[in-house]
Amino acid sequence: MTLSLVRAINEALRGALADDPKVVLMGEDIGKLGGVFRATEGLQKDFGEHRVLDTPLAESGIVGTAIGLALRGYRPVVEIQFDGFVFPAYDQIVTQLAKMRARSGGRLGLPVVIRIPYGGGIGAVEHHSESPEALFAHVAGLRVVSPSGAADAYWMLRQAIACDDPVVFLEPKRRYYEKEPVDTSAPAAPLHSVRVVRPGRDMTLVGYGPTVRTCLDAAAAAEEDGVSLEVLDLRSLSPIDFDGIEASVRRTGRLSVVHEAPVFFGAGAEIAARISERCFHHLEAPVLRVGGYHMPYPGGRMERDYLPDLDRVLDAAERALAY
Amino acid sequence: MTEHTPGEMVRLLTPDGERVPHPDYELESTPGELRGLYRDMVLARAADGEGVTLQRQGELALWPSLLGQEAAQIGSARALRDDDHVFPSYRDHGVALCRGLDPLHIFRLYRGVTHGGWDPAEHHFHLYTLVIGSQVLHATGYAMGVAADDAGTAVAVYFGDGATSQGDVSEAFNFAAVYNAPVVFFCQNNQWAISAGNERQFRAPIFRRAAGFGFPGVRVDGNDVLACLAVTRAALARARSGAGPMLIEAFTYRMGAHTTADDATRYRDPVEVEEWRGKDPIARLGLHLRKTGLADDEFFARTDREGADLAARLRSSVRAMPDPGLADAFGRTYGDEHPLVAEELAWFREYSASFAAAGEG
Ligand SMILES: Cc1ncc(C[n+]2csc(CCOP(=O)(O)OP(=O)(O)O)c2C)c(N)n1
Ligand SMILES: [Mg+2]
Repeated sequence: MTLSLVRAINEALRGALADDPKVVLMGEDIGKLGGVFRATEGLQKDFGEHRVLDTPLAESGIVGTAIGLALRGYRPVVEIQFDGFVFPAYDQIVTQLAKMRARSGGRLGLPVVIRIPYGGGIGAVEHHSESPEALFAHVAGLRVVSPSGAADAYWMLRQAIACDDPVVFLEPKRRYYEKEPVDTSAPAAPLHSVRVVRPGRDMTLVGYGPTVRTCLDAAAAAEEDGVSLEVLDLRSLSPIDFDGIEASVRRTGRLSVVHEAPVFFGAGAEIAARISERCFHHLEAPVLRVGGYHMPYPGGRMERDYLPDLDRVLDAAERALAY
Repeated sequence: MTEHTPGEMVRLLTPDGERVPHPDYELESTPGELRGLYRDMVLARAADGEGVTLQRQGELALWPSLLGQEAAQIGSARALRDDDHVFPSYRDHGVALCRGLDPLHIFRLYRGVTHGGWDPAEHHFHLYTLVIGSQVLHATGYAMGVAADDAGTAVAVYFGDGATSQGDVSEAFNFAAVYNAPVVFFCQNNQWAISAGNERQFRAPIFRRAAGFGFPGVRVDGNDVLACLAVTRAALARARSGAGPMLIEAFTYRMGAHTTADDATRYRDPVEVEEWRGKDPIARLGLHLRKTGLADDEFFARTDREGADLAARLRSSVRAMPDPGLADAFGRTYGDEHPLVAEELAWFREYSASFAAAGEG
């Protein structure tokens, strides 16, 4: 069936609720309203208020009680309304959720999924367009993933819910309404693997979440100029499938990482460091990063100049190819 | 719905526009002051309505409407002295107006031109805060400073019913109590936090919470501008005198959707909205002014015209608003030179110039 990304999330949640009585959803406005993006539309009606919980307005409370439910054997799937509102819960996520397994000598796994619509490009006001993935990937004990399209959204969410570790699940909100075929019966790729979404010869572009589409558009434009760009969908930020990236870079000799988050201390920096180490003799150019600037995410009227777009991806490709 | 008896609410003006006495809160007001409150509410509603319209026309990214909350905002804000300091939430356009802030600043914010933009010192009016509950702590800390400076002024902070669920708000109550801070907590209980009603947020009335922290709390009819004025005035005087914090719960109603991005028909009964339409705060004071002969047709017509003029000015100013450049945003992150910012700005300028040179810019 063909689904939008947000619809695929809805289907995945529905499937998880149906398959496992221990799965519960928690979040602000997720019940009757179905979430501000309608990701949980109809689920409270179909599964009841004891499975789909409209919570008080308190993110620390949501994640903290999700931890307690997980300790009791439940599998909470939490929705944070917008990226910028996860921070009241950051303490619970970093000091408790991420560390419980290690602290308990491996005994206490916390199967909690934290869904966060993230990223910009929707002309929103402050705190509604951020990309905080590095703040989670930096924390040992968390798994961090981000689908770029509906098919991955469906399967990666199913896998995240099945996972016995906490997973931060980042949903590219500006791609919520993009559609693609989703096969809900087919076996999925492993949760933490990269995927080649467009093969190419001259250079590798790594994107994830919202920037995969940007990279694909750039690759299509480059092809018209006779430049062949390979596009990888990173899919997972912790762990990162460095083998998958290395295999591509060994072929192309060039790499650029594209994300909306600020480049400083971002995912691109980690990938650049590891790939430079692994592929030093295969690289024809330094690994480049295309991303956000070192400033708070700007007002909607300025975000076009802030977000990495096709032109900036091509500019980096040009620079890499000129080496 | 949380149990609530009207008897628990301070009220000085009935829905029929009759003045009623209250044992604890009296209000001496001149006809001019009463007409002023009416005018403030009309202007606030006019500016707010223009926000909704401009968002529908694509000129603004978002607009959170204050419709229905005019009395709570105007009454409380008119109780403030110029040198009292205010920490608003994000729907407090009426408070902003009373503080003398040009509403255009708020339109800039919701257009996506800026995240704040005004000088909080100029009108003793802090920036809007969108992260629910955060500003309640800031106000408390500010009030701790006011007390330490022996300044003799007060601080007021605005937040919603939903915000009371946040840990930050409870922490603020406790800090204020422990440090006896001169802060007035003004909670606009408009009974909705997006789709969540009061029963989702708490099971005991908000105002009663203050007692547990060790300071007084009172519920006021939030659609009665006179009661809001009288109670806030008393709370501010108390704070200035060194007697410490107070919590005011203004019981009111969010007549519109949460914001222009919201569809309230998905979660609330239109009958409830209709019922509250009958309790309109502007109509209530208008009725009183007419009954008592304190205002005539000429006054009402003139006030409406003023509202329309304000809306028209906002409309044309917003439409003429140029988009800012990202280059200006780089320099605002730190107070001083920063090498990374300088490097990124230089790159951004060079990159942007390459388009201009290629004739594409
Ligand atoms: C920390 C945080 N979480 C979630 C949100 C999203 N959000 C914006 S307004 C709102 C409801 C607020 O309700 P209330 O405090 O009653 O204020 P009202 O909107 O009614 O004025 C929510 C959940 C937010 N802005 N900040
Ligand atoms: Mg509210």
